[in-house]
Amino acid sequence: MNRTMPPEFRVKIDQEKCRKCKRCLMSCSFGVYSFADRVIPDSNKCVACNRCVVMCPEDAITIHESPNVYKDHPNWPLSIRKNVWKQAETGGVLLTGMGNDRPYPIIFDHLVVDACQVTNPSIDPLREPMELRTFLGRKPDKLEMEMVGGKPRLKEKLPQNIKLEIPVIFAPMSFGAISLNAHKSLAMAAKESGTVYGTGEGGLHEELYDYGPWTIVQCASGRFGVHSEYLNAGVAVEIKIGQGAKPGIGGHLPGEKIGAEISRTRMIPVGTDALSPAPHHDIYSIEDLRQLIYAIKEATGYKPVSVKIACVHNVAAIATGIVRAGADIVYLDGFKGGTGAAPTQIRDHVGIPIELALAAVDDRLRQEGIRNQASIVAAGGIRSSADAVKAIALGADACAIGTAALLAMGCSLCQKCYTGNCAWGICTQKPELTRRLDPEWGAMRLNNLLRAWGHEIKEFLGALGVNSVESLRGSRERLRGVGLDAQTLDILGVKPAGR
Amino acid sequence: MDHWWQKDISGCGLSGIINWDGKRISGAVIKKSVALMHDRGNGQGGGFAAYGIYPEHKDHYALHIMFTEEPGKPTRDFDDAMKETEAYLDRALAVDLAEDIPVRVTEKVPSHPLLRRYFVKVKQGSLKGTNMTEDDYIVSAVMHINDKIDNAFVFSSGRNMGAFKGVGFPEDIADFFMLENYEGHTWTAHNRFPTNTQGWWGGAHPFTLLDWSIVHNGEISSYGINKRYLEMFGYKLALLTDTEVVTYMFDLLVRRQGLPISAACMAVAAPFWKDIDRMEESEREACEAIRMVYGPALLNGPFAILFGHGKGLIGMNDRIKLRPFIAATKGKTVYMASEESAIREICPEPKEVWAPRAGHPVVVEMGKGIV
Ligand code: SF4
Ligand code: SF4
Repeated sequence: MNRTMPPEFRVKIDQEKCRKCKRCLMSCSFGVYSFADRVIPDSNKCVACNRCVVMCPEDAITIHESPNVYKDHPNWPLSIRKNVWKQAETGGVLLTGMGNDRPYPIIFDHLVVDACQVTNPSIDPLREPMELRTFLGRKPDKLEMEMVGGKPRLKEKLPQNIKLEIPVIFAPMSFGAISLNAHKSLAMAAKESGTVYGTGEGGLHEELYDYGPWTIVQCASGRFGVHSEYLNAGVAVEIKIGQGAKPGIGGHLPGEKIGAEISRTRMIPVGTDALSPAPHHDIYSIEDLRQLIYAIKEATGYKPVSVKIACVHNVAAIATGIVRAGADIVYLDGFKGGTGAAPTQIRDHVGIPIELALAAVDDRLRQEGIRNQASIVAAGGIRSSADAVKAIALGADACAIGTAALLAMGCSLCQKCYTGNCAWGICTQKPELTRRLDPEWGAMRLNNLLRAWGHEIKEFLGALGVNSVESLRGSRERLRGVGLDAQTLDILGVKPAGR
Repeated sequence: MDHWWQKDISGCGLSGIINWDGKRISGAVIKKSVALMHDRGNGQGGGFAAYGIYPEHKDHYALHIMFTEEPGKPTRDFDDAMKETEAYLDRALAVDLAEDIPVRVTEKVPSHPLLRRYFVKVKQGSLKGTNMTEDDYIVSAVMHINDKIDNAFVFSSGRNMGAFKGVGFPEDIADFFMLENYEGHTWTAHNRFPTNTQGWWGGAHPFTLLDWSIVHNGEISSYGINKRYLEMFGYKLALLTDTEVVTYMFDLLVRRQGLPISAACMAVAAPFWKDIDRMEESEREACEAIRMVYGPALLNGPFAILFGHGKGLIGMNDRIKLRPFIAATKGKTVYMASEESAIREICPEPKEVWAPRAGHPVVVEMGKGIV
């Protein structure tokens, strides 16, 4: 045992309450519990996923922060000391799961939303229509139309767009990173709620082809499971360049996770590591990207092509290039975006916040007069309907949620996704764990979440005195900053509260 | 990015008359109508647009220009502003008549700008080598004066039409400009209730561009995105009023992009999805496209507007009718106003009076009537 590693948590069993049913032993996928006359927890192994707490029929388990104290040092908090100890022990790259957990300022929490008083009326969403329908994709600068018998008629059809009944989509998470049951939950919920989910880079399981109209298929640097039927299975194709949690870094799904299903879906042999290179080896420049975009368009009858990038310093110029290269959707993933596995130092120190990236991209595309040529999807740190409303006001056409969707399916944010032991059956491929997630139940929870957010977004719109989400989109005049410095406000294009 | 602008907020009353047969009506009539809605304003702005008033110069663009203080610009001797403007006009355009706009000073309108009008044409050859139309050329001249020449502001620039506006109640502004001496086939009037003291004559309504004039009662809640959308197409929003946004939006959709006017109305007061979903295929497809492409042009929030364009008059409400708006007909005359009383004041027995449905424009065309 690694004696230098203090346990993070302390598991306490109330032995008086415990009726020795051993459910905790079965629930814990991290091997905390053993049994010898009574339940014995090994706190060293606990990750605070709380599965046992939820499963215990007697409420006999409590998990505490470790009460052990180390002498305080502001420059060396325990979390950093632990990293050093771990690396001294293993000599390896620190790995983690989920999004950046460093205490960077959360700009969304410094933005407040307007409401109507006297000079314009607010609107009651329970009594008046309130519209959230959103279309993702390229729009022409103008329409060619005529009036025939008093009715408008299009002279030219529009390019294909993705129709959403709510401006929130499910972020792409691969089959491999998450379980098939998690994918099924997302697909079913997307269908029910009139939105879309993304396949991520792991291909599309054959059982999910029926959900094509609610699917965005992804083509990433590893090209796992990419074939012509796959590219045509969804409503759009996404080229993944980068991910907010690990900009500039590829992916690694270890061989032990590559079972028969994943092997078939990804089109790689069972048990081999699935390695996604850091860049696409056929995209070393913007003109290469253009070729791939148009190759995909030709292969799919001109379905919208989305390009997903991590938000990095020159995001505005990069996004402009992507739009000029022919992308119909720019998917911006901020540095708070989640991941199944990433090097901790990269996750915590590379990339920029979505709020600033989004504002900069929306501004630049407008300055260039090409904002209507592509939709913007904002992701990486959307936690609530309020975040979504603020992102839309900053200029997003829609938001994507990954972590929030996992939370809806039971995730407790233990950040141990990279271990493959997810106790909730989400981020794992072990059959005894994946069966813990019932797709019907997962879909129901995801639908509930979207329904709730939909109602809340409508309340915001009503308070703002508008009855359609496009009247909020990019309307930064309806936001004010509280406690943000002048430069940040300038980048956001938002006035300080009081002005 | 300049985001330090402050929007101008106001409420109002409006009235409009059109005789679609072209019979001309005295300015005294519209004054009487709007005066009845005195309480809808607070004396901070009144104005009128009149069509068919300059038949003897009907092929000239009539530039109404005020020389006065302008917000955000240094103030100088107005005669200098006038001289600079006139030198520019002589260079850029053919000026066939330049004169003071006749006014009658009363104690109700104690001070006023220097007010001049110029009947101009585009000089032969000016358009050579450009892809501009005459209208584009005039718009650029107007923009030049308003933007570049301090203390000069063009407040009307159409043909055979003119705007008359200032700080005061509309009935006093009508007396000041002696509108009883003008006859037009179409009139609109505006009574303004800004929340701030304005004091600037150019800030009164109507807002005009070429033959177009807009009077507007409302407070557009989607102003922020409407402004950014127009900026993407190169418009500079100087006045920060809803009326300016409405005018430029129609300019963009109809003049620059060539949408039929009724389609433009559908963009600014879009039908609801629940109604679009029930339409037959080709109409549904067209309306869906309008909403997809022109979502940022949707004017959301309360408004009633009167949009005069020389060949007719359009009146419309926002998509859920959050501002009053009444229409009436008698013979070949159509009346539209914020209040029915303002119509009955000048037409005691209309043939038909109705409250137009939310988002459904009343479109009157010269020679045709309500279409
Ligand atoms: S689940 Fe609870 S009651 Fe059952 S053995 Fe574990 S601690 Fe005891
Ligand atoms: S998905 Fe599973 S492993 Fe990952 S944070 Fe959530 S509960 Fe933990």
